[in-house]
Amino acid sequence: MNLTGLESIFSSLVAGATPILIAAIGETLTEKAGVINLSLDGTILLGAMISFVTTYHTGSLGLGFFAGALVGAGLAAIIAGLSLFFGASQVAVGFVLTLLARDLAYFFGSTYARISAPQIPPLPIPYLSNLPVVGPIFFNHNILVYWGLILIPLATWFLYYTNAGLILRAAGENPKTCFSRGINARFQQLIYSIIGGSLVGFSGAAFALCFKPGWGQPQGAEGTGWIVLALVIFGGWHPVRACLGAYLFAFLQIASLHLQNQFESVPAQVFQVAPFPLMIFSLLLVRLLEGDSHRNLSMSQTRSSGFWQKIFSYLTGPAPSALGKPFSTEADH
Amino acid sequence: MKTDTVNSATKYRLQIKILLFIIALSLSFCTLLLIVAQIPPFSVYRHILQGAFGSWNKLIQVLNVWAPLTICATGLVYTFRVNLWNIGIEGQVIMGAVFATALLRINFLVSFPLLSLFMAMLAAICGGCFWSCITGYLKIKGGVNEIFVGLGMNFLSQGFLLWLIFGPWKRAGMASMSGTEVLSTSFWLPTFFEFKLAPIGIFLALVVIAVSLCLLQFTYFGLALKAVGGNPAAALVLGLQPNRYFLSAMLLCGALAGLVGYLQVTATYHRLIPAISSNYGYLAILVAMLANYRILPIPIIALFFASLNVGSIQLPMALQIDSSFGGIIQGALVLSALGLYAWHSQTLQRTRRRK
Amino acid sequence: MQIELRNICKNFGSTSANSDISIIFKAAAIHGIVGENGAGKSTLVKIISGYTAKSGGDILIDQTPVDLENPSQALQLGIGMLFQDPMDFPQLSVFDNYILGLHRAFLLRRDFFRKQLTAWCKKLGFTFYPDDRLATLSIAERHQLELIRLLSLGVQVLILDEPTTGTSTVQKDILFFALQQLAESGKTIILVSHKLKDVESLCTHVSVLRKGRLVCNMQRPFSQKQLLEHMFEESPSTPRFSYSPSGSTILEFKQVWGSKGRNRLINCSMCACQGDIIGLAGIQNSGQELFLRIAAGLAKADSGQIRLYDRRLHHFSYPYLKRQGVAFVPSARLEEGLISGLTIAEHTALVQSPTRFIPSQPEIYSKTQGRLATFDIRGFPDTSVEMLSGGNQQRLLFSFIPLNSIVLLLENPTRGLDPASAAYIWNHLLNAYQTNACIIFSSWDLDELLTYSNRLLVFFDGHIIKDVPTSQIDMVQLSRAMAGIT
Repeated sequence: MNLTGLESIFSSLVAGATPILIAAIGETLTEKAGVINLSLDGTILLGAMISFVTTYHTGSLGLGFFAGALVGAGLAAIIAGLSLFFGASQVAVGFVLTLLARDLAYFFGSTYARISAPQIPPLPIPYLSNLPVVGPIFFNHNILVYWGLILIPLATWFLYYTNAGLILRAAGENPKTCFSRGINARFQQLIYSIIGGSLVGFSGAAFALCFKPGWGQPQGAEGTGWIVLALVIFGGWHPVRACLGAYLFAFLQIASLHLQNQFESVPAQVFQVAPFPLMIFSLLLVRLLEGDSHRNLSMSQTRSSGFWQKIFSYLTGPAPSALGKPFSTEADH
Repeated sequence: MKTDTVNSATKYRLQIKILLFIIALSLSFCTLLLIVAQIPPFSVYRHILQGAFGSWNKLIQVLNVWAPLTICATGLVYTFRVNLWNIGIEGQVIMGAVFATALLRINFLVSFPLLSLFMAMLAAICGGCFWSCITGYLKIKGGVNEIFVGLGMNFLSQGFLLWLIFGPWKRAGMASMSGTEVLSTSFWLPTFFEFKLAPIGIFLALVVIAVSLCLLQFTYFGLALKAVGGNPAAALVLGLQPNRYFLSAMLLCGALAGLVGYLQVTATYHRLIPAISSNYGYLAILVAMLANYRILPIPIIALFFASLNVGSIQLPMALQIDSSFGGIIQGALVLSALGLYAWHSQTLQRTRRRK
Repeated sequence: MQIELRNICKNFGSTSANSDISIIFKAAAIHGIVGENGAGKSTLVKIISGYTAKSGGDILIDQTPVDLENPSQALQLGIGMLFQDPMDFPQLSVFDNYILGLHRAFLLRRDFFRKQLTAWCKKLGFTFYPDDRLATLSIAERHQLELIRLLSLGVQVLILDEPTTGTSTVQKDILFFALQQLAESGKTIILVSHKLKDVESLCTHVSVLRKGRLVCNMQRPFSQKQLLEHMFEESPSTPRFSYSPSGSTILEFKQVWGSKGRNRLINCSMCACQGDIIGLAGIQNSGQELFLRIAAGLAKADSGQIRLYDRRLHHFSYPYLKRQGVAFVPSARLEEGLISGLTIAEHTALVQSPTRFIPSQPEIYSKTQGRLATFDIRGFPDTSVEMLSGGNQQRLLFSFIPLNSIVLLLENPTRGLDPASAAYIWNHLLNAYQTNACIIFSSWDLDELLTYSNRLLVFFDGHIIKDVPTSQIDMVQLSRAMAGIT
């Protein structure tokens, strides 16, 4: 393949991963704080539908994105509220909301299918986009792609270099102990569920207004939510690793498109579905191998041993200890 | 002893109260949605009712949805008993269907239709078991979360199914979304005359319900499942092997899911189609949750859900609204049930603590 | 800073954990609080540090009375507490644990706090790698980090609850050196400990508690002997069982090592014969809990041999051992022994070996009724186990031990029982099992150990430091051994 071909592949890779990584960062924040939001698949769809309809009626892209984020925040608030204050199972509520949000999206969206609304315009960055190789890959996109690219270091910086991020992680690790350090863990969990959820809703809007423009049934974003969940969990709850996964998934999708043209005997539908199981199982493989390396590490107590172990210990990490577990702050007596 | 009967009476009254609350809450939510969408709510509900029970044909359709839904939901009760989330049930249904079809495609069995139908049932059960076994094994040996393995298996089985339909098993001449070649009629489960009702499916569902009820209620096995789900550490101290019960619950659920796949192939579609599972696996999770993970309410809830499914099919034709409205009612019901159960158990705990 | 307690009382329901305790903790001194298990030490320090509300009495800081409502308020007043189980975040890094809650700025001032941390380390003689995950550190190191954290919050009064349990002597020396330095620099240090040796070598003042009451306040010099006399009442001589090494060896440990959480078992060898009733003595987390769990197959030994009769056990689990006649009764009833939500009858059905696929309900009910009657359990077959009182739960657990068991492993068998039902339980155990089985039990109650065992193993820091027939040991010797003095 020639250089421009590769450039275009990488360029579409950078673009295609954007909505996935925005959602993955949102879910990482939520889960780092100890809440598991299972409803991503539905949230993305409902966010996409609402933002599309909002933009269609108002003509404003900004309002569309705002509406999408609001939907995500609302759904996340239902999960966090029911589980943190009433002790309902986060997984159960999240699962119901997945299906419910999807049906709501199809129900209200059916009259808006296959019509056009404003889309995010491309926004090449002057000068930078003219650079050889790097220019077309990174700087010849729209504002969402740049926002996604900025979001990765931003989220990492927030989680690991700010006080608020530290408190967030502490709430996800050991909410009961937070009490002794003057932190209201439940409030933290609620806030970050909502913030994370709004990012997920935002990524739904990104689908409808930019990456898979328009609304329809199916919209084209179906199944992404599950992939995002897997990315976050098997990617060890680290924003950078989750985003690496997002790029891997985007790569698989692009690769399947290209391969589809090469192998005409194999049906196209297989290639459309193939990235999903491939993704899940590559993540699963990493997880299982990582389990071994962690065990070895703890046995030998050494700091670094072996190339692969280093790789795996970088690729994954332990779950937030309190993930998905409701807790009570009331004393035991 | 007297106190116990009084207790159970108040318990039932409470159950009914909660049930009414659930229905009121979800119904008002759905009605509100319709009003927002400027659709007359009563005509929607009327159309759903008519669509489900308006004619014998409709009723039969409902029953044909009811049977697989009931079987799946019953299977899920086993896994919920041991606190496992078998979200992979969708893929297990698909694998059941694939295994059944594979057996029916064996040439030399064509001359023994009854035998091959029976063998296909066994094959389907094996397929579901095999698929659930992978998830269960990774859970107990690798400690990998069953939800994510299950999802991966769902995607995998979906891809496998598509590959079969468009690849090796494609219809002569052309491959299409409409599925594989239709099975020869000797491989169709018998139906009542001109109606499309397959009594074997209904019969199987009833048997599954009855057997599961006995198994969970009266046997040592059912008790052990309950114990392991309640507290695995204590179950170990009482002499049970928790892993064994985790795996057997998974296998049982997989077997029942495989059976549903078999019914989908032999009774409903008579071929393999991309949507062979009809989403019954996911829907059954909702049924089981609304039943509060007990067997007895499942047939009733499944009947209601089935009629919603069938009844909302004609909504786009009659009122130009999307058929997913049935799904919205289902979701709203389960969501309000989860909320109310949680609220109820918390107030219960509080009063207990106060005592 | 000086803290004065005046007539502190604390009641939990009808039981009184502290009554009428008055102590003055002086500045620039290390003050020890000693007492048996359940003497009320932990409750007292929790009151001082704001984790528990007092029921009566006054707390004065530098002569001014204060109301301590929660830990953060106590912290603002300069009182910090180090728990036996450190209140920290094992998955976060050392540095993150250190700065969490230290400041309120938006950005983490990493360089500043890193320097602060190294400065403290240098001063107190600790070593940390700030980027290590806390989970890779030992308990002692986690205590050290927590100590530094409290100091940098400006704490003037430092309370330590059993800081040396499960730590090595080297780490203990490091900690004690640091504490002495802090005391010299004017801090008030309160040390709660079972270990009299530690108290003797470190503390300048000591208060002895017994059954929730203050027995005495002493100043240096004091001896371990004096402390012991105050800690344990002189009990009337109780009838002893004579030790007769009777039947064949049933259970044997050969150089077994193990570790689980903060518990360790170091090079443990023992054997138990038919007819033995072995009491496991030792303060909490000395290794007896782990010993019982390894013997029951619920925890894994790192190395060593375990033999049941003359068979060496390799791969084993509790359900397997149970079939071989080993029975284990845990001390945490609802966490490890019983399943909440299930009724008594259902438990009965579960523990029976499943001879029939469908257990016969009338049979189960009659068996349960019989069990309830023999063991005097106040409940019905249909009662859920979590509705039973603690004593009834305990009796229910005992009723599940099969009569043909050959090894009984009991963890605190009479915890929470009144004396009459405790005596009843023991009577039952001795009648039903003594001739064929060996009974191994741990207890915090020295009277119980001395009364019912015919042999005693004393655990200290993971070692068995004494293995003697009960007839050759008395209360004072036993409590000395438990405090690590052989």
